[in-house]
Amino acid sequence: MGDLVREVDVAVVGGGPGGYSAAFRCAELGLEAVIVDTAQRLGGACLFDGCIPSKALLHVAAVLAEADRAKDFGVDFGAPRISLDPLRTWKSERVVGKLARGLAAVARGKSVEVVGGRAVFEDSRRLRVEGEEPQTIRFGHAIVATGSAPSPLPGVDLRSERVMDSTAALQVPEIPARLLVIGGGYIGLELGQVYAALGSEVTLVEMLDGLLPGADRDLVQHLARRCDRMFKAVRLSTRVTGLRDTGRVIEARLGEGETATFDRVLVAVGRRPQTAGLGLETTRARLTDRGFVATDERGRTADPHVWAVGDVTGEPMLAHRAMRQGKVAAEAIAGRPAAFDNVVVPAVVFTDPEVAWCGLTEREAETAGRVVKIARLQWAASGRAATLGRSDGLTKLVADAETGRVLGVGIVGPGAGELIAEGAVAVETALLAEDVALTIHAHPTLSETLMEAAETLLR
Amino acid sequence: MKPVMARPFVLPDLGEGLTEAEIRQVLVREGDVVREDAPLLEVETDKATVEIPSPMGGRIEKIHVQPGQTVKVGQVLVSFGDGTSPGTPPADPLESSRRPSPVPATPSTRRLARELGVDLRAVDGSGPGGRVTDDDVRATAATPVTTSPAGEPTPTSLTAGKPLATAGIAPPLPRFEQWGPVERQPLSHLRRTIAERMTLSATLIPHVTHFDRADITELDALIRRNLDAGQTRGVTLTLTSFILKAVARTLGEHPHFNASLDPAAGELIVKRYVHLGVAVAAERGLIVPVIRDVDRMPLLELQRELGALATRVREGKATLEDLRGGTFTVTNIGALGGTGAIPIINYPEVAILGVARGREEPVVREGAIVPRLLLPLSLTFDHRVADGADGARFASAIIRRLEHPDELLLGL
Repeated sequence: MGDLVREVDVAVVGGGPGGYSAAFRCAELGLEAVIVDTAQRLGGACLFDGCIPSKALLHVAAVLAEADRAKDFGVDFGAPRISLDPLRTWKSERVVGKLARGLAAVARGKSVEVVGGRAVFEDSRRLRVEGEEPQTIRFGHAIVATGSAPSPLPGVDLRSERVMDSTAALQVPEIPARLLVIGGGYIGLELGQVYAALGSEVTLVEMLDGLLPGADRDLVQHLARRCDRMFKAVRLSTRVTGLRDTGRVIEARLGEGETATFDRVLVAVGRRPQTAGLGLETTRARLTDRGFVATDERGRTADPHVWAVGDVTGEPMLAHRAMRQGKVAAEAIAGRPAAFDNVVVPAVVFTDPEVAWCGLTEREAETAGRVVKIARLQWAASGRAATLGRSDGLTKLVADAETGRVLGVGIVGPGAGELIAEGAVAVETALLAEDVALTIHAHPTLSETLMEAAETLLR
Repeated sequence: MKPVMARPFVLPDLGEGLTEAEIRQVLVREGDVVREDAPLLEVETDKATVEIPSPMGGRIEKIHVQPGQTVKVGQVLVSFGDGTSPGTPPADPLESSRRPSPVPATPSTRRLARELGVDLRAVDGSGPGGRVTDDDVRATAATPVTTSPAGEPTPTSLTAGKPLATAGIAPPLPRFEQWGPVERQPLSHLRRTIAERMTLSATLIPHVTHFDRADITELDALIRRNLDAGQTRGVTLTLTSFILKAVARTLGEHPHFNASLDPAAGELIVKRYVHLGVAVAAERGLIVPVIRDVDRMPLLELQRELGALATRVREGKATLEDLRGGTFTVTNIGALGGTGAIPIINYPEVAILGVARGREEPVVREGAIVPRLLLPLSLTFDHRVADGADGARFASAIIRRLEHPDELLLGL
């Protein structure tokens, strides 16, 4: 009996934000699209193992922190009692499950079929789907959107339930008494704060000499101060050189010879693109030195029928970049003059306080030798921040010295992830600092800090 | 460290409306030391495959392009070093696609620029802080490209699946799939160019066509009588060379057919040279090589040049020089039959002469029916430049020369 063979305009490999955005846009443009996903569901790492569940947990952490701060103005809720089962159910059912059902409904509405299985390229026009519904898909175009997966700790090979990656940590298997977080990037910081808020004693170890390597130091400062208070220890310029499972605890060797004991370890040292076993070598697509699928600005690989979007195409590995790339690739396939020409891909770290930035950072401007003006506005000067009891914030603008054009925005403080949207619009649309300064911002709000920072550049 | 004086070499102006070429082969490697005029790259334009020679002697510091890539005029192909500097490692394609300083414009303006085929780097922004506005983009789109921004590479992708420059005019297509299976085939580079230029010409120029027939009985006999004489001199006499000669002489008397209209300036640019384009059906599509100074060229030499040029075109070896600078085009569709055709003017020329197949027909001469060899001609011209009476006079003058080959040969 022959395999099922079907023909589609566009076959999308991977049901994450990049994949479903591409497929939905294809459908809107009159192209028949199917998504092949190993778990036969839409949402990918973002919905099931990343952005969404981590934000749900961070909201819990924020509520706990807020309740604790309320003591400052005379409200004492007492010591919180945390029940993990309802917490997990809320996260998985009411948050993740609800969004997953929503995406599935959108797919049905747009007649985008989701096929379960592992897709392997047979050549530039065919995919073999392995799994419960084995079949061959002949496509006009294929979009690779297989995303990324957590990187293992280099040089340390220990398989243990007590050593978690971000996917495992988001399941919250328990609240360990002592947690070692390896990696001072956004994943380590966010999950470290979640576990600290839930009651774990957290030690964070970072190989480099600062947290959040991509961000400007003055933004990181407020977060670092908070982490110093929330965590038992933050160890910079320190490597984890060995992990051993004693059967009851994990012994970690830090740097040269120092040993410490933990109940669990979270490895958060970055993510790597997933291309293994895809059969890309049967097409003309090729990988970069760092293992990403090489594409042009529309998302097309060196193979005219094979496209790629999202984490698998490079940094920054962020869902919102993938979604835009997916739409661009779909439009390009439909013959529209689309290109991923975006200037900013905002970065948000959902810690307490949040850190967010977009466009040119001060450090990048220095490295590039670009002449810029910097405006910094400490939130100690903000009325709204005072009413929130949060003066641990900073809003900064990076502007072209000659034209005054806003090239970058950085914000640290509660709500920075929402506030950065104005910065993204300003940079993407090439606004001048003057435009931001002369726009009335509602009072009293944290968004005023953007206007006030811009005003300091006008004198 | 000593500063590296990298000298960029850009894709030179290819002429004749050619604005881009596809890299076929890179013939040098980074670090190579090359002589002046040594071949650097092989590129395919819409019309020919040509080698780009090195403009100078020196060391190749960096190669900015790769085979299969489409490059625009003005885009950097290679950089020459000063011969002592260390080579730069080839950039990661992802890294190199990161634009260090984007052109200030809103996303909607950038999309408009893509739709109109405008390179934002070539636009001077009139908005605040030098921001490029929609009006700037539209103004640039309406101006013919005379210069291209040098320096920064403009990576453009392969041609397949890219909309035609004229696509914005067309209403959206229906979903043909609803009536049966379809296949989408990307257009070849040459096909795209032909499509874009024909649309440009047909939509911009008000075409008018004048039909007539030339009695070439005598000319045909003359050619036949001299075939052997021609062969001994290594050429095969054909009707086309006589037609070219007749057209060239007639253009001298009717110079406004040897011209281009400059609507922006409100002027007619009359050319004091006669370079004739001859449409050749090559395997890849229609190509129009150009023969220079046809008015001053002895017929045998013209015939020899015509043969050599047609061969170069069919073998894909035509040079850029072979393909640009034409002032008027002749297209001979006779070999494929038919009684006549209305060709589209080869923009920005003013007129084109279509030649169909000559046939023996009964003609009344001095009261008797005699067989004569008649050649159908169609002169299509730009009605903005000439009127019907001008076209009729011009066509008649060509016909008179074809009907009196002795005068033609004597240069009368």
